[in-house]
Amino acid sequence: MTNPIKDVLKAKAILAIGTNTTENHPIFANYVKEAVLKRGAKLIVADPRRIGLVDYAAIWLRHRPGTDVALINGLMHIILHKKALHKKEHIETCTVGFEEFAANLEKYTPEYVSKITGVSVEDLEAAAVIYAESSPASILYAMGITQHTSGTDNVKTLGNLAMLCGNIGVVGGGVNPLRGQNNVQGACDLGALPNVFTGYQKVADEEVRQKFAKAWGLEELSAVPGLQVTQMFPAAEEGTLKGMYIMGENPLVSDPDLHHIEKAVKKLDFMVVQDIFLTETAQLADVVLPGVSFAEKDGTFSNSERKVQRVRKAIEPVGEAREDGWIICQLATAMGYSMEYVDSRTVMDELRKLTPSYAGISYERLEKKAIAWPCPTEDHPGTPILHVGEYACGKGVFFPIEFRPPAENPDAEYPFILSTGRVLQHFHTGTMTRKGEGLSQLYPEPLAEVNPADAEKLGVEDGDFVNIASRRGNIKVKAWLTDRPAPGVVFVPFHFGETAVNQLTNAALCPDSGIPEYKVCAVKVEKAS
Amino acid sequence: MVTLTIDGKEVKVPQGTTILAAARTAGIRIPTLCYHGRLDPIGSCRMCVVEIEGIAHPMAACTTPVEEGIAVISNSDRIQRIREDSLKLILVNHPLDCPICDKGGECLLQDLVYEFGIDKVEYQAPKPARESLYATPLIRYWPDRCVMCLRCVTACREIKGIGAIEIKGEGYGSQVVVIDAEKCQSCGECLSVCPTGALTENLSRFKGRPWLVERVPTTCTYCGCGCQLELNVQNNRVIGVTTQEGKGVNLGSLCVKGRFGYEFIGSDERLTTPLIKKDGEFKEASWEEALTLVAERFGAIKEEFGPDAIGGLSSARCTNEENYLFQKFMRGVIGTNNVDHCARL
Ligand code: SF4
Ligand code: SF4
Repeated sequence: MTNPIKDVLKAKAILAIGTNTTENHPIFANYVKEAVLKRGAKLIVADPRRIGLVDYAAIWLRHRPGTDVALINGLMHIILHKKALHKKEHIETCTVGFEEFAANLEKYTPEYVSKITGVSVEDLEAAAVIYAESSPASILYAMGITQHTSGTDNVKTLGNLAMLCGNIGVVGGGVNPLRGQNNVQGACDLGALPNVFTGYQKVADEEVRQKFAKAWGLEELSAVPGLQVTQMFPAAEEGTLKGMYIMGENPLVSDPDLHHIEKAVKKLDFMVVQDIFLTETAQLADVVLPGVSFAEKDGTFSNSERKVQRVRKAIEPVGEAREDGWIICQLATAMGYSMEYVDSRTVMDELRKLTPSYAGISYERLEKKAIAWPCPTEDHPGTPILHVGEYACGKGVFFPIEFRPPAENPDAEYPFILSTGRVLQHFHTGTMTRKGEGLSQLYPEPLAEVNPADAEKLGVEDGDFVNIASRRGNIKVKAWLTDRPAPGVVFVPFHFGETAVNQLTNAALCPDSGIPEYKVCAVKVEKAS
Repeated sequence: MVTLTIDGKEVKVPQGTTILAAARTAGIRIPTLCYHGRLDPIGSCRMCVVEIEGIAHPMAACTTPVEEGIAVISNSDRIQRIREDSLKLILVNHPLDCPICDKGGECLLQDLVYEFGIDKVEYQAPKPARESLYATPLIRYWPDRCVMCLRCVTACREIKGIGAIEIKGEGYGSQVVVIDAEKCQSCGECLSVCPTGALTENLSRFKGRPWLVERVPTTCTYCGCGCQLELNVQNNRVIGVTTQEGKGVNLGSLCVKGRFGYEFIGSDERLTTPLIKKDGEFKEASWEEALTLVAERFGAIKEEFGPDAIGGLSSARCTNEENYLFQKFMRGVIGTNNVDHCARL
């Protein structure tokens, strides 16, 4: 995120697009509601589903799944070409690429956009005016924006919108992706990515490689960017990837087109899974190593607002389970490279030296207060808001972006759109939240959200089982009749391994980010016998 | 700025400040029960009454804004009596079942009763039968212990923007009722602001007296909000989750996962030993065996097919330090950049 979470309280308008905030980021949602209810901010919700935030919205744009670029281009067309509400001075001094971008918007007239998105011309105009006339205005988004083949385009388009109205680098503004998992931010920051070391330092950069090689006491390090997770399984299937080490992930429930993943995993020569439970993935492993939960370890997590915060050990590991860091070090040592650290603080001290954005973040300081990176030195206060007075890499760049439809669209045989996601009570593949009684009592089994209008045509009643099938697989799941999805759209959460909806999803990827299109694939729905 | 005196001490505070807040800046304690730092003042308990010179009626410090030149007296015999009477009125209804109450030991009412030295209550209230149904099965409501402070109702409405509960009824018959159970998110905000034991957690089979429980501050393991919470530990078991008012990005608030999603830590299904698959079945193994086998196999693959034939998936569930070590292992020890995690999923 460019701005801190609580900053949203200072926004005059909030555009929440592709984020089911009340269920997936409930505490963030508290502040969005407070901004609306107590401070008079105007909320625009753009979401194909009737999500919880709709109850608080001044206007709700129910666009068709996968039409985000068209929608945002449409809003910008109105702001720029119809009403001239854009921030001219900001655009002239702080950005480049405006001319081409503006020309590209010309064809996105409200009428054209309304046809693509299904949103009325009046609603488009009302939303555009609210966003452009309220300053500052904050944009929030999550996986509803990124999990499309056009994911990167979606994100860039939101950047365009924020720049057009001068909302970058200001308190109460910004473009704010909400991170879905506790430490996705940290995993990216600390180099769990195929093309960069820690702090986004490129593996292709000779100097960077030498710095790490020297620090780690090695001759050299590979300059070839590695495979992304969504490329690893195809590589395994082709037989070029032979071995995998999987720590704390459950791709056999979370990844798209599971039948393929399973086939790929079975072709591996050797797979090690390190986890706290015998997950669906671990069951297929050759060796399973017992790691520990967050309650049994010391360390840090970095949240959505880039704040580094302490994790503290509360209990001793259960049985022979060991801290994941200890296991990695033992394995390295067994392979002839000694890795020894007395505690997590010494690891942090090593990585700080190699990572400029984390350099000033010491455990001593974290004892007192969480710190947002970039924090280059120990006397630097941290950076709660990015891009104040300047953009991170010079001027802000406008990108002309064209709307592209999703990879797989409904047709006569598969007439429905399937979207997947989470529900409030569960998390990801359910390995943690489904282990106790509390949360499972609240949401015990997967429910397919079906619009009552569709249900009537299908002869399905609330609580009936339905078969949902795509070109890749099918599942049988209980139907919940609700107006949350629009007619023609069904939604199924992916937390349930025994009814894994990812057997159906499409593994088509966004070419830039490698994120699969979880939010749109074509399915048919029938009443189950 | 407005200047006033409290107990003769001069205090300068911005316009609009309440007498209670002004007293707190001056380090003068005024007892409160319904007041809560994250909520707009409720003004239901009358514990914070003070005298203002020249005004006949005592005023509630939490809801009365300061005025230029006023002289506030935070305590007097009269004030003391009013506060005692307010407490006694509550106790008419509230059982002194502290020994079996989850809240015993960290209960605001208990502390106040102790502070005011109330050892007997002259009257007994008729006790109409009351419903104890609550908005969520994860929380138990004890109507007899409820002091009608309205904190829960206010928190649900103000912090969560929901309003699933309300106070209904007259006099001793009044109680918290569920107005819309569908809306309830089971977040436990109401539970966490309740100053007494009227709302208790209905989840943990293991209970611990507050003074026997260790509270370890840490960061939530679920979504990217990064809420700050405390794991409540007894006998090497996590038996609950609490927060500190005003702390962290969440200011002491949590969602249902953060507050009630801790059972997995102590689940019987946890892996407790390394496993090696032999003939399609897992056999328990020692660390030594397991690590040696993994090192051998990865070594052999690397030897035969090169380092890029091995891929590693790190975890967004693990710490920063562990992610650093994982990529160091893949890059430095295996020798490949095939390292990623589930950010894309
Ligand atoms: S659990 Fe949360 S939503 Fe339910 S009544 Fe309490 S505060 Fe309201
Ligand atoms: S308590 Fe809820 S909102 Fe806060 S970090 Fe945990 S899961 Fe996210």
